[in-house]
Amino acid sequence: MTRRSLFGVAAGGAVALGGAAAIARSDGAAALAGSAGPASAPAAYPFHGAHQAGIVTPAQDRLHFAAFDVTSRTRQDLVDLLRAWTAAAAELTQGRTVSQGGAVPYDAPPTDTGEALGLTASRLTLTFGVGPSLFEDASGADRFGIAERRPRLLERLPHFPADKLDPARSDGDLCIQACADDPQVAVHAIRNLSRIAFGTASLRWAQLGYGRTSSTSTAQQTPRNLFGFKDGTNNLKAEDPELTDEHVWVHTQDDPASAWLAGGSYLVARRISMHLETWDRTSLREQELITGRDRAEGAPLSGGTEFTEPDLAALGGDGAPLIDPRSHLALAHHSTNNGHRMLRRGYNFTDGSTALGRLDAGLFFIAFVRNPASQYVPLQTKLSRDDIMMEYLQHTGSGLFAVPPGVGAGEFVGQGLFA
Amino acid sequence: MTRPNRRSHTVPHAAPVALIALAVAGALTACTDNPTGSAGAAGGSGSGPLSVISTDDACQVSATRAPSGTLSFAVRNEGSKVTEFYLLAQDKLRIVGEVENIGPGLSRDLVLTAPPGTYYTACKPGMTGPGIQAEFTVTDSGAVLEASGADADLVAQANTLYAAYVKDQTEQLVARTDEFVAAYTAGIDDAARALYPVARTHWERIETVAESFGDIDPRMDAREADLEPGQTWTGWHVMEKDLWPPASGYSALTPAQRREFAELLVADTEILHDRTRSMSFTADQIGNGAKGLLDEVATGKVTGEEEAWSHTDLWDFQANVDGARVAWEGLRPLLTKRDAALDTRLEQQFAALQTLLDTHRRGEGFVSYTELSPAEVKALSDAVNALGEPLSRLTAAVV
Repeated sequence: MTRRSLFGVAAGGAVALGGAAAIARSDGAAALAGSAGPASAPAAYPFHGAHQAGIVTPAQDRLHFAAFDVTSRTRQDLVDLLRAWTAAAAELTQGRTVSQGGAVPYDAPPTDTGEALGLTASRLTLTFGVGPSLFEDASGADRFGIAERRPRLLERLPHFPADKLDPARSDGDLCIQACADDPQVAVHAIRNLSRIAFGTASLRWAQLGYGRTSSTSTAQQTPRNLFGFKDGTNNLKAEDPELTDEHVWVHTQDDPASAWLAGGSYLVARRISMHLETWDRTSLREQELITGRDRAEGAPLSGGTEFTEPDLAALGGDGAPLIDPRSHLALAHHSTNNGHRMLRRGYNFTDGSTALGRLDAGLFFIAFVRNPASQYVPLQTKLSRDDIMMEYLQHTGSGLFAVPPGVGAGEFVGQGLFA
Repeated sequence: MTRPNRRSHTVPHAAPVALIALAVAGALTACTDNPTGSAGAAGGSGSGPLSVISTDDACQVSATRAPSGTLSFAVRNEGSKVTEFYLLAQDKLRIVGEVENIGPGLSRDLVLTAPPGTYYTACKPGMTGPGIQAEFTVTDSGAVLEASGADADLVAQANTLYAAYVKDQTEQLVARTDEFVAAYTAGIDDAARALYPVARTHWERIETVAESFGDIDPRMDAREADLEPGQTWTGWHVMEKDLWPPASGYSALTPAQRREFAELLVADTEILHDRTRSMSFTADQIGNGAKGLLDEVATGKVTGEEEAWSHTDLWDFQANVDGARVAWEGLRPLLTKRDAALDTRLEQQFAALQTLLDTHRRGEGFVSYTELSPAEVKALSDAVNALGEPLSRLTAAVV
């Protein structure tokens, strides 16, 4: 049932259907308050397709990311869950209630939890992934008869220098990235998908995010992270299909034993806490030196405007590079990383405050890559070791997931794993 | 005890349900589990929901016929009086399904299963008289429908079993409580500590029934944190704290105080005993009671909040599960007929939860809650969720 139409009935019967509610949900209108997407963006993104939505999709405003442990031991339960999640996601992403079962008896709990009634699809995307622990348990046992299909690159991320990972915020057998412009829509999706999973999988950890820290479309402005700097200027964009094909999507020949992942990707999740209080006591000179860009425009310190290519060789009057080689920009730029690039899709987070009265805040980093071993691990090793920004950062959560390709009608996400 | 408790008001006074009404087919309740699979398959109804608009002088049904299977009526009261909607059998007397107490402006769904035949729809604005009736035809869709008729017997059977269980548990509660207070008032604290979780087991097994008595439940089972300023604390948990006192800042009760609390508990237990001699239960009360017991586990026991001093929460946990299982078992003959898949699911999840609980047994009882690791608590919580979700669909399947 369409949430808007249900709302219309509840609010005033047939009369309301011809009124504002019906107009607001018409797909072409996209007249959403606070819309961050391009003006031409649709109100809802298709769920079915060659790739899962939520990767090259223009980044929405809000995130609810959830990781799950599979508690059932049977393969059939796992398949049933993925099938049920797929069916629910096909409804939720289109702004409908979680199932199309229609009315339920008054003596039964409602199938949909209801908090998104009357809300639009809000450009919700639901992106599903599987973690290395889904394939084998700690003792190496094949949990669901799919161990031989574990992609060789799907391994727990290594320990990086200065990591302080909380096991309660790391890893997981399954993950769901829910992105929407309205946080209530994203939370509604994770809540209902968690409910569907009861008995088969349980929530291991979750993260709310706001203020996307990357743009994934040239139509979007580059947003700022909590350090106050523009983030993601050089991100891969949906408008570069050649680059996303090269850097984001897994190809069949990449890992012939895991052909099921072709058309999919790898999702790197890192919860990066920021020491905002000490950062805020840092001079603008120091902040820009650490970042490698100016704060006002996001231009590289070698000059120009935001999208000017940084000149890492440019020297200042004192003979020192204008962009410090230890700066975040210099170390992270693809020119110093064998041309490797990532599609970043992170969000700011603020989880209340710490016992010391500091904001428990930072960046929930999400990146999609074709090959985590070459595109992410070497870069993060270098950053964790050398980036002078690390003085203000601490990685507190981590996960690597393989993201299956998109699903066609009648298929379920991850189906190739069980074929 | 549950803080401000809806059940304590609704359970004993629940409106009598139309026991002959056919309820929900498996297809509907299975939607969450298997949205792509069976949706619509068992119901066989090819039409969408029917709409009913009830006004003070009219009853507009969007169609006069529908294919057999699961029928949904979306009833909306556009009149000024409280209304009801019925689907009546051909004799215009037997109620196939009904929704009651629909206030002006409100909407409610009626979902039922109907075999082919002639029926009558009826709106009853003002809730009196025969209502505004119209003929309604259910055509043969070919769907195989479970015949009704013997269901009233099955409900009666469930009631007999459950009422007997409640009686038996209250009798044992009286006996074990007497033993407990004898040790407690005599100052034989080791014996009292051993008897405490044993006696409470019989309370926790029928906790939702006991809680339905809003006068004695707070006197018997209030936790210290449940009290409002100025309220006197009495009952089990006063004695619990006295037997497992905090390391500092606590003055032990005097023998006279112990006697006073013990006598009140014994007297209230007698009241509970007397009131449960002739109780009877409808299918929805039994089903909701089972769900309520699992809710108690989820909110009080698995969190270790119920037995804050003795940490005997796992005893209560087991007792709540026992009570839920007995309620479900009584309803099984009815449930297997109405929704066999749900029954199978419940059987699996009851077994899984019990297997997990059994790993924490020690001697005649259980390990202290404080000995559980966070991972063990999480595993128990997962198992409670796994059972609680299908159990929440039990009532609708049997009413």
